[in-house]
Amino acid sequence: MSRSQAKLPLPYSARDVVLPGDASCHGCPIPLALKILSAVFGEKMILVIPACCTSVIVGTYPGQSLKASIIHVPFASAAAVASGVAQALKMRGINDVQVIAWAGDGGTADIGMATVSGAAERNEDILYIMYDNEAYMNTGIQRSSSTPRGAWTTTTPIVGKSENKKDVAKILIAHNVPYVATASVGYPHDLYNKLQRAKNIRGFKYIQIHAPCPTGWRFDPKYTVRIAKLAVETGFWILYEYYNGKLIISGPSKPLLDSSKRKSIEEYLKLQGRFRGITPEIINSINEYIESNWNWIKKYLY
Amino acid sequence: MSQKIALTGNYAIAYAVKLAKPDVIAAYPITPQSPIVEKLAEMIESGELKALMIRVESEHSALAACFGAAVAGARVFTATSSQGLLYMHEVVHWASRARIPMVMAVVSRTINTPWNIWPDHSDFVDQRDAGWIMAYAMDNQEAFDLTLQAFKISEEPSVYLPVMVGIEGFVLSHTAMPVEIPDEKLVDEWLGERTQPYVVDGLEPKGLGPLTLPEDTEDMFYGIQLAMESSKKVIKTIDSEYGKLFGREYGGLVSCYYCNNAKYVAIAMGSWTGDLIEAVNTLREEGYPVGVVRVRFYRPFPREDLWEVLRGIKGVFVFDRAVSFGAWGPIFTDLVAGLAQYTSKLPIIVNIVAGIAGVHVSAEDFRNILLSLINRVENGLEHGYFDWVRVRR
Amino acid sequence: MVKIREPEGNVKLPLSRPIIGVAGKTGLWRTMRPIVNGEKCTKCFQCEIYCPVNVIRVELKLGITIDYDYCKGCGICEDVCPRGAIIMVPETGE
Repeated sequence: MSRSQAKLPLPYSARDVVLPGDASCHGCPIPLALKILSAVFGEKMILVIPACCTSVIVGTYPGQSLKASIIHVPFASAAAVASGVAQALKMRGINDVQVIAWAGDGGTADIGMATVSGAAERNEDILYIMYDNEAYMNTGIQRSSSTPRGAWTTTTPIVGKSENKKDVAKILIAHNVPYVATASVGYPHDLYNKLQRAKNIRGFKYIQIHAPCPTGWRFDPKYTVRIAKLAVETGFWILYEYYNGKLIISGPSKPLLDSSKRKSIEEYLKLQGRFRGITPEIINSINEYIESNWNWIKKYLY
Repeated sequence: MSQKIALTGNYAIAYAVKLAKPDVIAAYPITPQSPIVEKLAEMIESGELKALMIRVESEHSALAACFGAAVAGARVFTATSSQGLLYMHEVVHWASRARIPMVMAVVSRTINTPWNIWPDHSDFVDQRDAGWIMAYAMDNQEAFDLTLQAFKISEEPSVYLPVMVGIEGFVLSHTAMPVEIPDEKLVDEWLGERTQPYVVDGLEPKGLGPLTLPEDTEDMFYGIQLAMESSKKVIKTIDSEYGKLFGREYGGLVSCYYCNNAKYVAIAMGSWTGDLIEAVNTLREEGYPVGVVRVRFYRPFPREDLWEVLRGIKGVFVFDRAVSFGAWGPIFTDLVAGLAQYTSKLPIIVNIVAGIAGVHVSAEDFRNILLSLINRVENGLEHGYFDWVRVRR
Repeated sequence: MVKIREPEGNVKLPLSRPIIGVAGKTGLWRTMRPIVNGEKCTKCFQCEIYCPVNVIRVELKLGITIDYDYCKGCGICEDVCPRGAIIMVPETGE
């Protein structure tokens, strides 16, 4: 079919909700992710936002840069507040508004871990999205459990992070919730599809969006999308879904089951200033980490 | 039809909550509050109470879930004690500063270290700065009435602040007393459906609690102080309306006993006031001109009502069941500060801290303390002082 | 089930409403500015999809428009364009 008759890549609602003029840094992946979210849900979403970059990005009273509903909540409590909101809407018979806990890796993997686990175990009917910029970015780039091995942060300024990245998606799979997925701002259509699938599932849904941060990872803001794609192309970040008891690998990651198809991790690391001091030993251990992640995927792949 | 049954303090609160018809309850068990949650769960599962219960994994999440549900338009309730209340302390502030009506019961228990499950007021007064309206009951009937009234006070448009109702753990929570439960239809008519200042339910895009610059934030907090002032009138009106409808009125922010022709007044809060009144009873019979003022509402602090009663009094004896380490008892502190706004010539005000960590203070103990205080004043005590009386040791 | 009533008295509530430019005219943050070459553009929508501040609009008939009041000049549009139809040039402030 001709170009002019081609279907638009994303619904027009992606134009209406994320408003220009927010407080995010150049090249920030967060409003980009919010755009994809709004392509699926439009205005009909309540974002429950704990302390994180987003709480500040949306701007100051009396305005906000999102044409949707927001509840700002205490750091550890996003999943709990979202549970309460969802139950209230259920009592009131409102069923066309999606309750979304929108939190960073700090509020999810660290201070909010117990809360997330509780809401998951109770199978609360909420969509929990962790956007993963791999550190406590809002407070100035301090290390979180989601920071990868070897990365510079302000609390690991000389030695770099000593531990591997905490795998929150696997923790949620272990909770046996109806839907778990990993996604990336580098693959917006993949994320869109995952959000659409989540929209139609009742119960606890979890999506972890890999979100490269130019300010914290130390790269030129124009490379946000390129670096997000490289994370997937090197096999460092694996895109998959888990639902109906099956682990399904997503399109962009599928060819990389064959390790020879993965780009070398150096291509990913060398673009980021936070890995500048990295040694060959650490690169080795990162490669081992990548390999063990893929082994796990292969073992449980449907 | 109203009915009178024997209920523990915990169950009295649960029955009051049932009549208030909340939509969402989120609570976490802790001794001595657990029976409230258990009873409510039973009422919900049997169909008596049409509400959704979120069996949260912590107290912080309990109040957070209630906050979320309340913001989205639900009437909510939770209960806790001691460590649990301290764990949710962050959310206690979050809720009042969001001006969202809700009700919480606090079954008082002292604070660790060390482990101790017995009552004093320390967990309750630890929340005093947060902006919640705070009421304390003396018996199970009052616990019932206060809990029911709390919903109405909280949802009043000139107030719009959350309310906490306190009772002493074990002394009230696990002791059965006769409680009259009013007719359901009368309560429905009187309480009505929930009212709140705003709602975030996705129908209209808006945000609650954005980053706000200093001047605007100060304006918002100032509004809370004004609402506290307005609430004094609201509390009195609701108390007297409740009295007309259901037969029990308590006198508003404070209750007075034997205050006519009193030269000395003892002040206290909570169920141990009952033992204090018993002591004053015998002292009156012996001719001592002593009265008792019971503080029912600790926030807003009833300085006007207290000034009314205390203005001609010679000796004021404030019994506190909590202490601010490094200073003195909370009611004493607020009383002196409150009265100093009316006069530069304060009466003699003495602070007795006792009954901490669950130590039982009997009527006999109160009588002995009062006699020694009266003696000291009669023999020329020139000004007040602070004393922590560790009874029976 | 629930009635919304404004609070009595002069009360400022902590509520925010949607607004464009909540952080001001963020176009002033730019040091580089995207320039579109209409001839090379195939209207593939990549720039519109990936622009974090949502200021690029692809119209099938009119072509690309960019709201320079709010474009922060991050350069993602240049990096994702498969045809090199957008290039970043230094912002001169005119």
